Amino acid sequence: MKNIDAVFHVRGESEYVDDLPQPAEMLFAAIYCSPIAHGKIVQCDLKKANDIPGVAAVLSAKDIPGENQIGPIIQDELLLADGEVHYAGQPIAVVIASTPQAARKGVKAITAEFDESPIITDPKVAYQMGEIIGTPRTLAIGDVDAAWEECDIILEGTCTIGGQEHVYLETQRARAIPMEGNVIRVHASTQSPYATQRTVAKILGFHHNQIEVDVKRIGGGFGGKEDQATPIGCFAALGAWHTGKPVELVLNRSEDMRMTGKRHPYISDFKIGAANDGIIVAFEVNHYQNSGAAADLSTAVLERTLYHSTNSYFIPNVQVTGTCCRTNLPPNTAFRGFGGPQGMFVIEAALEKVAEVLNKPKEEIQGKNLLKKGDPFPFGQLFQNNHIQRTWEDTLSSYDFDGIQTRIDQFNRDHFATKKGYAVMPVCFGISFTTTFMNQASALVHVYTDGSVSVTTGGIEMGQGLYTNIAKIASEAFGIGPERIKIESTNTTRIANMSPSAASSTTLLNGNATVLAINQILSRIKKFAAEKLNVTSADKITISDEKILHNGRETGLNWCDLIQKAYLARIGLSAHAFFATQDIWFDKKKEKGEPFAYHVVGTAIVEVTLDCIRGRYDIDSVKIVHDLGRPLNERVDLGQIEGGLAQGLGWVTTEDLQYDQKGQLLSNALANYKVPDVYFMPDDIQVKFLEDADSELGPYGSKAVGEPPLMYGIGAYFALRHSMKAFRPDLEFALHSPLTPEKILMSLHPELLNDLKNHDTSPVSLAEETI
Amino acid sequence: MAQNTQFILNSREVITDAHPGTLVLDFLRQNEKMMGTKEGCREGDCGACTVIIGELAKDKVSYKPVTSCLMPTGELHGKHLVTIEGLNLPELSPVQEAIVEEGATQCGFCTPGIVVSLTAGLMEEESDISKDSVNRALSGHLCRCTGYRSLKACESHFKESIGKRTGVNALIDMGGIPNYFRDIPSRLKKIPPLTSPNGSAEYFFIAGGTDVYIQEGDILRESSVGILNLNPEMKGVATKNGHIHVGSLTTFEEFAAHPEITNIIPDIEKYMFLIASWQIRTRATLGGNIINASPIGDMTILLMAMDAQLVLQNGTGSRKVPLTSFYKGYKQLDKKDSEILTKILIPSFSPDTKIHFEKISKRKCLDIASVNLALKIVEKNNFIENICMATGGVAPVPLYLEKTCKFLKEQTISKDLLYDAITLIQEEISPITDIRGSKDYKRLLIHQLVIKSFVNLFPNRLSIEEFYEKH
Repeated sequence: MKNIDAVFHVRGESEYVDDLPQPAEMLFAAIYCSPIAHGKIVQCDLKKANDIPGVAAVLSAKDIPGENQIGPIIQDELLLADGEVHYAGQPIAVVIASTPQAARKGVKAITAEFDESPIITDPKVAYQMGEIIGTPRTLAIGDVDAAWEECDIILEGTCTIGGQEHVYLETQRARAIPMEGNVIRVHASTQSPYATQRTVAKILGFHHNQIEVDVKRIGGGFGGKEDQATPIGCFAALGAWHTGKPVELVLNRSEDMRMTGKRHPYISDFKIGAANDGIIVAFEVNHYQNSGAAADLSTAVLERTLYHSTNSYFIPNVQVTGTCCRTNLPPNTAFRGFGGPQGMFVIEAALEKVAEVLNKPKEEIQGKNLLKKGDPFPFGQLFQNNHIQRTWEDTLSSYDFDGIQTRIDQFNRDHFATKKGYAVMPVCFGISFTTTFMNQASALVHVYTDGSVSVTTGGIEMGQGLYTNIAKIASEAFGIGPERIKIESTNTTRIANMSPSAASSTTLLNGNATVLAINQILSRIKKFAAEKLNVTSADKITISDEKILHNGRETGLNWCDLIQKAYLARIGLSAHAFFATQDIWFDKKKEKGEPFAYHVVGTAIVEVTLDCIRGRYDIDSVKIVHDLGRPLNERVDLGQIEGGLAQGLGWVTTEDLQYDQKGQLLSNALANYKVPDVYFMPDDIQVKFLEDADSELGPYGSKAVGEPPLMYGIGAYFALRHSMKAFRPDLEFALHSPLTPEKILMSLHPELLNDLKNHDTSPVSLAEETI
Repeated sequence: MAQNTQFILNSREVITDAHPGTLVLDFLRQNEKMMGTKEGCREGDCGACTVIIGELAKDKVSYKPVTSCLMPTGELHGKHLVTIEGLNLPELSPVQEAIVEEGATQCGFCTPGIVVSLTAGLMEEESDISKDSVNRALSGHLCRCTGYRSLKACESHFKESIGKRTGVNALIDMGGIPNYFRDIPSRLKKIPPLTSPNGSAEYFFIAGGTDVYIQEGDILRESSVGILNLNPEMKGVATKNGHIHVGSLTTFEEFAAHPEITNIIPDIEKYMFLIASWQIRTRATLGGNIINASPIGDMTILLMAMDAQLVLQNGTGSRKVPLTSFYKGYKQLDKKDSEILTKILIPSFSPDTKIHFEKISKRKCLDIASVNLALKIVEKNNFIENICMATGGVAPVPLYLEKTCKFLKEQTISKDLLYDAITLIQEEISPITDIRGSKDYKRLLIHQLVIKSFVNLFPNRLSIEEFYEKH
C-alpha cells in the first residue's frame, strides 16, 4: 500500500501548521534568547521592543499566569528565564507583533545586561564539579572485578562521541487560537500533543480540558519534537492568552538550531577484557552524558544507553555506569535511537581495540560474541530468539562477505593513496518505552452509515507512515477497502493522555488500540449479522472484500447494507479502545527487569573508499539484513530503514556539531552543519528482510522499525577506520566521532602536521577550542 | 520610486508593488498565500522553497530551478514564475507519480521543492534522463527522511514515462505539465521591459543574490535595491581581441557550459560538481562571487588562477584591475562605491596551458570549502614557463600566491621543488581556526592539495608515492 499522504505531499497540498488559512487578526511571535551561556540577568530592557511599530506585547517570566515550569521528568526547566540564564539560546522574552518581521525587529531592539558566570561545556568537568542531574545509574551482571583476572588481555580507552542536530525540514512551530469559554486551541508541530496540552495548561493555570491540541502531521521530528516542541506551543498559547488573538510562532532555521537541544554528546571510558581466542570476558564502561542545562529527557536517554551498552553481544561480566552531567548547553533531548547509538558506539569501539591487539579481523571478534537465544542482558532480560546470529550469517552469506574482503584487500594492495574499508555492524535494539507506564495508547473508531470509517489515534504522522499503517490495519481488521478509511488529525479532545510518538512504538501501540476498537464494533455488527442471517454463531461470520461471509461462504449481505441495517437497529457503530503492552516491567532499585517487549535486530556491511591524500571519502555501499517480523508495509518500512541509516551515517561522519568554549553554537546553519545529501548517500543500498521472523506483539506480526536502522550507520565509522589503517597500519587512531575529513586527514599525517606547526605565529581565534 | 513588477505566476498575470527586494519565497507565502512552497533554511541549502523561473530568450522560454529564498521579487519582471501549484494537473504528473510509486516522500515537507526541481530537469530540451541528471536535480535538496535511494529510483520511472520526450513542448504534449505553458512565450513578450536605474551608489546592488541575501536578507527587503539582472548586456561569454570576455552577471551554469570555457578548462564539469547546487549555480553570478569577496569563493579562486582582469565601469568611464590585486583586506576591494563590475576578461591560453582546481569541504557537495586551490601552468621543455596559483580559506582574502609563483617560474618540476614551493606557500598564507577547520588542518590541506594538483597534472614526472614514502 502506498503512503496515503504521498499524493498531498507531491502536490504541495499537505498542510503544516503555518499553511492553515490564517485567522483574522492573527499575530506573530518571536523569541528573545540569552546571548550568553551562563549568568545573572542584571537588567533587561524590554520596553525598547514595545517601541517597534506593530509590536503588540512583550512577555517575560512575570507574565506567566500559572507555573513557569516545563520540565517533563524533573521539574528543573523554566519556560522563560527568571533572573539567570544557563545556556546561550535560552528564551527570556516573547515578542508578539502584527508580522513575523516586526516581531523579530522587536527582539533585536531588546537589550540586556548580564553578570556572566563561568561555564561548563565538558561533561567530565561537570561531573567533577558535582553538576549532576538525577543520580548515576549502574547495570551489572557477573562480577567484573573478579573477571579481569581471567582475561588474557585487558584494554582501556575513551570514546568522544558527538551530538547531532535533528534538522527536521519543518522547523519548530505552533499556532494558538483563543476560543470561547477560556479555551485555547493549539495547532502544534509536536510528537507529543499531551505534553503540549498539559504544559500549556500548567503555565496558564488552566485545566487540561481547556487546552485542545491538534496535530495533522509534522514535517519531521526524529525526537526533536518529542519534548522540545512543548515550549513552542506554550509561547504561542501565552501570547494568545495575553492578547486575546491568535498567535503563531515559527522558528527560522538559525533560531531553531540555537534554541533547541540535540542528540547528547558523550564521553565514555571503557575497559574490556578478552581471552586470546577473542571471547569477551568482561566489560566496564562509564558514560558521561552531556545533558545540557536542564534534564529534559536526559535521564531516560541515559537509561537506554545503559541497556544498549552491550549491543548484540553476550558478555558474562559487565558493569555499565552512566551519569547525566549538567553543562551550559541547550538541554539535549530525544533523537532517534534515544541513547542507544552512543551505547553501541562504545562497545563497537572496544571490540575494535580488542581486534587490533589480538591482530584479528574485528568481525571475527564480533561473530564470536553474538547473543544467543536465552543469553541475559546486563539488566536481566533474556534474549528471546536466535535472530542476531541469523541476520549476521544471512548478511555475510547473502552479500558474499568473503568476496567483499578479497576484493577490498586486493584493491588496497593495488592502490597507494586510495584505500577501501569495510565493517560489519550488528544492531540489537529493545522495543518499548523504557518508562513502563508510557506503553499505552488509545484509538477512536467511527463507522458512518454510508460505510465510511474514521479513525483517530494518539499517534502522530511525522513521515514514518503511521497514517498509512493505521489505514492498512483498519482496512484488514474490518475486511473493507482502504479507500473507505480516513485517518483523522491527532487531537486531545478525541484521544486523551496519549504518550508521545516515539520509541519506535507508535504503530505497535496505536495499531493495537485500533484493532481493539475495531473488534468491539465488529463483535456488535457480527452478532447483529448472525441474527439477520438466522445463524446461531456470530463467530462464523467474517468480512472479506466488503462481503459478509458465513463459514467462509457469501451471504449476499455486504458491508454497506450491514452498516445501514445495524444503524437502523440502533447498534453502536463507534468504539474507543485502550491498549497497554503486557509483561514489561523494571525494578529500578535492583536495576533488573524486562523493560522491552522484544528486540529488533539486524546486521549491515558498510563499505567505504578513502582518498588518503585529501582526507575525503565516499560511502560505497550498505547491505543490510533486517528483522521486521512480518512487514506491515514493505515500502513504508524500507523508507524507515533507509532514512534511519542516512541519519546514522551522517552522525558518525559529516554532522559535526560544534560549540565554542563560551557555549555558543558554531554549527548554526545548514551552511556549516552538513547532513547527508544525494551525493553523500551510496547508490548501492540493499535491504533484505529476515525470512519467517514472526512477532507476536506487533499488529499482524509486524515489528517496530523507526529507530534500530540508524545504528547501522555506526558501521561507516569503523569502515573508515579500516581504510585509514590500510594506509597507516603503523598508527593508532583516537576514537572520536564524527570522523570528519578534517579528523581523518589530521590522523593520517601526524608527521606533516608537526612540521607545519612551526609555520604558525598567527593568534589563536576564539573558536580555537571547540567541543 | 520603484516601478511595479509584472510577471506571470503559473498561469496568471501579476502586477505587484511589493518591495522589489522582497524574497520570492515571502511574496508567495505572505502576499499570495500560496503555501506549497516551503521555507526550510532561508539560505539556499535545503531546496524546500525551489521554484522554476522561465526567461524569454528569442521566441522560447528557458526554465531553470531556483531557490526562492534567495531571489528578489523585483527580478521577476518579465519572467514566468512556476510554483508547485502551477505544476499540478488533475491527475498526478509523471514526476509526482514516480515519487508516490517509489515511496520517496515521508514527512512531505521537502517534497514540493523536489517535485519542482525534478520537473525542471525534464523541462530541459533534449536532456538525457540519467542517474546524473536526476542526481543533479536533487543536488540542491535536503531530505532528512528518505535517505535519497527512493528519490534516485525515480530515474527509471522517467525513462519509462518520458523517455526522449523531454523539453517544455514535449511535456505539454504528453500531459506532463499543464497546457498553459504553451502560451507563455507570447504572453511574456507583451510585458514591457523595466528600466532599472544602474550605477548609483544609493542602491544596494543585487546580482544573483545567492550570497548577499544570506548575509543581508533582512536589510534588503527594506532597502533601495538595484537589481542588476535586469541588465541583460552584462551577461554572456565571447572572445574578443585575444581575451575571453565574460559578463559579470554570467551565472556559474552559463559559464561552465560555454564552449569557450569547456575548451580551456576541460574538467570544468568535474569542478562544478563540487560547487554549490544546480539551483544555486543557475543564479549565482561570477561578478557576485568576486564582489562578495568571500576569502573562500570558488569561482573567484578559479578566475584568479586564470589571471582574470576586471572591468569596472563608472558612469561612462571604465578601468581595468587585475583580480590578483583587487582585494585589499577582508571584504575590502579596489573599487569605488559608484563603480560596477561589468566584465571579466580572461587572457587567451596557449594550447599547452593546464588548469587544475581542488576543493575540500566537510561534505563533498553543496558545502563551503575548507580550502580551495586553483592553478594555471604552462610548461615548456621541462621548465615552468608560466604559473598562476590562487587559494582560498587560508587568508582574509582570496589569495594570489605571488611569491610562490615567482619562485616557481623557470624551474624544473620535481619533488624537491614542490617541497620548497609548499614551504613558501606556508609563509604566504595565514589561516585561522573556524567552523570549516583548524588552522593546522588548513595548512595541512594546502600541502596536500599542492602535491595532488602537480601529481595529477604531471603524472609522468611525479608520483604520489614519492611524497609519502616515509610512512
